[in-house]
Amino acid sequence: MSKNYFEVIRPGINSTFQDLGRKNLYHIGIPFSGAMDKRNYLLANAIAGNKGNSAIIEFAYQGPILKFKGEKVNFTITGDVNFKITKKNKEVDGCCYQNYKLEEGDILDIISTNRSVYGYLAISGNFDIQLQWNSYSTNIKAQIGSNNGKKLEKNQQIKILDTHSHESKKKLEYLNNKIENIRVIKGTNYNYFSEDSKKFFFTKEFTVSKLSDRMGMRLEGIKIENIVDTNIKSEGIIKGVIQVPTDGNPIIMLSDHGTIGGYPKIGVVISSDYDKLVQIPPGSKIKFKEIKLSDAEMLFKLYEMETANLISKIK
Amino acid sequence: MIKNISNLGDAALYCDFGTVVNKEINTEVIKYFKNIKEKNINGIDNITPSYNKLIISFDLSVTNFESLKKKIENIEIKNFENKKGNVIKIPICCDKEFALDIKRLESKLNISEEKILEKFFSKEYYCYMTGFIAGHPFLGDTDKSLRAKRLETPRVRIPKGSVGLTEQFCNIYTFESPGGWNIIGNTPVNIFNKSKEEKPNLIGPGDTVIFKQISKTEYENHNE
Repeated sequence: MSKNYFEVIRPGINSTFQDLGRKNLYHIGIPFSGAMDKRNYLLANAIAGNKGNSAIIEFAYQGPILKFKGEKVNFTITGDVNFKITKKNKEVDGCCYQNYKLEEGDILDIISTNRSVYGYLAISGNFDIQLQWNSYSTNIKAQIGSNNGKKLEKNQQIKILDTHSHESKKKLEYLNNKIENIRVIKGTNYNYFSEDSKKFFFTKEFTVSKLSDRMGMRLEGIKIENIVDTNIKSEGIIKGVIQVPTDGNPIIMLSDHGTIGGYPKIGVVISSDYDKLVQIPPGSKIKFKEIKLSDAEMLFKLYEMETANLISKIK
Repeated sequence: MIKNISNLGDAALYCDFGTVVNKEINTEVIKYFKNIKEKNINGIDNITPSYNKLIISFDLSVTNFESLKKKIENIEIKNFENKKGNVIKIPICCDKEFALDIKRLESKLNISEEKILEKFFSKEYYCYMTGFIAGHPFLGDTDKSLRAKRLETPRVRIPKGSVGLTEQFCNIYTFESPGGWNIIGNTPVNIFNKSKEEKPNLIGPGDTVIFKQISKTEYENHNE
């Protein structure tokens, strides 16, 4: 193991280790977890020059302040993030999608995400953390995964297992584009809702509530009226499912969601729009657009091609 | 038998076994769950059995709805012999400190606390599914005289280990969690143990649970 490590001076609001998540555990109640914005996770690792799917640090709104101890390490930040690096005699404002080098005593201050929620910090190498059920992803609710299932805490150390001296000038020209409409496939209980509500759901704006986190995004706006039953027999759910509880305010299930739910499902966000959905900050407006399964499948192919194309453009 | 397979979004199959909730239909769901799991079909990320549904979510970059649907429709389903569920004994303390909603149940059901506990402890319970939070079992069926609705306003925090009732079901909260079930007691047993990677959940679908009432002293002296 290397002698390199970070000291956590400020942990940030919700900073956790994440990778691509864990599979095959829904039946015992363990959600997928993993990086909320998969594309930015993949780009962070690619620019940092990591071959496999290394664990990264995901942060929300305000990120951590980390003091580097050791010889050197390269890192990359992705998303739409303000950060700066304080070296012995100078301060550098950081740019996302670019590699930087940290040396003994340097301080990385991840100040905030801009008009978005999540950002990612990858090092060129690997953190010294433990796999649980084949994933490094942390689920704080069930206290599963890296860092004993906890968020980063003040004064803790983050040990670095190995680093590689990666070409430190690698970068990518990329702007996270904002999304106008979130595309949705009708849910299995679509007909539980009144004609007016169904129409409103696909035409009116909703506001993202402050009560949103890695488990779910709560929405406020026109109340969705249920005309059949506000409860269903509990059944499995997946990320992207939009449930409507008794109060009529929709909730979108996100990566750390409960695996079973008993509220009717009005719709499901399509896979290609998920990364953009999770980046919509509280207070923002959101609008849903109905889409067919075949179109959603085609859009997912495009999404994957775009991601591959971006990775190939890293120089 | 699966009555119908539809899509839940663009990356999951929604397999419907009917609308009724009973052990027979649930056993059928679990049989499909085990058979599909055993086949390790490429692209499947998760299979979630519940009372009468089976949700199969998949990786859209590997497979898609139509092709996976065909595979599931043509899958060979065999019976697993000698694979009856386990019988698990769970001690519960119903001291007033833990029985948060026993008074509510007395008034809603119009029977005494003694009668509620007597009816509750005289039955064995079948585990329909686990989920919602890690390891959390959905058990049933409770005696007809014990069936009450959820709390009008759910609790923000239900203590870990709480045992709750609603409709014909009972459950055990494996972690502190929000929830609306009527709490009648608490178990000192750890129902979910993350250090046991192979089998972290004590109770799984198809298992039988027998509850045993214990005193406050026994609760406090419980050692695993």
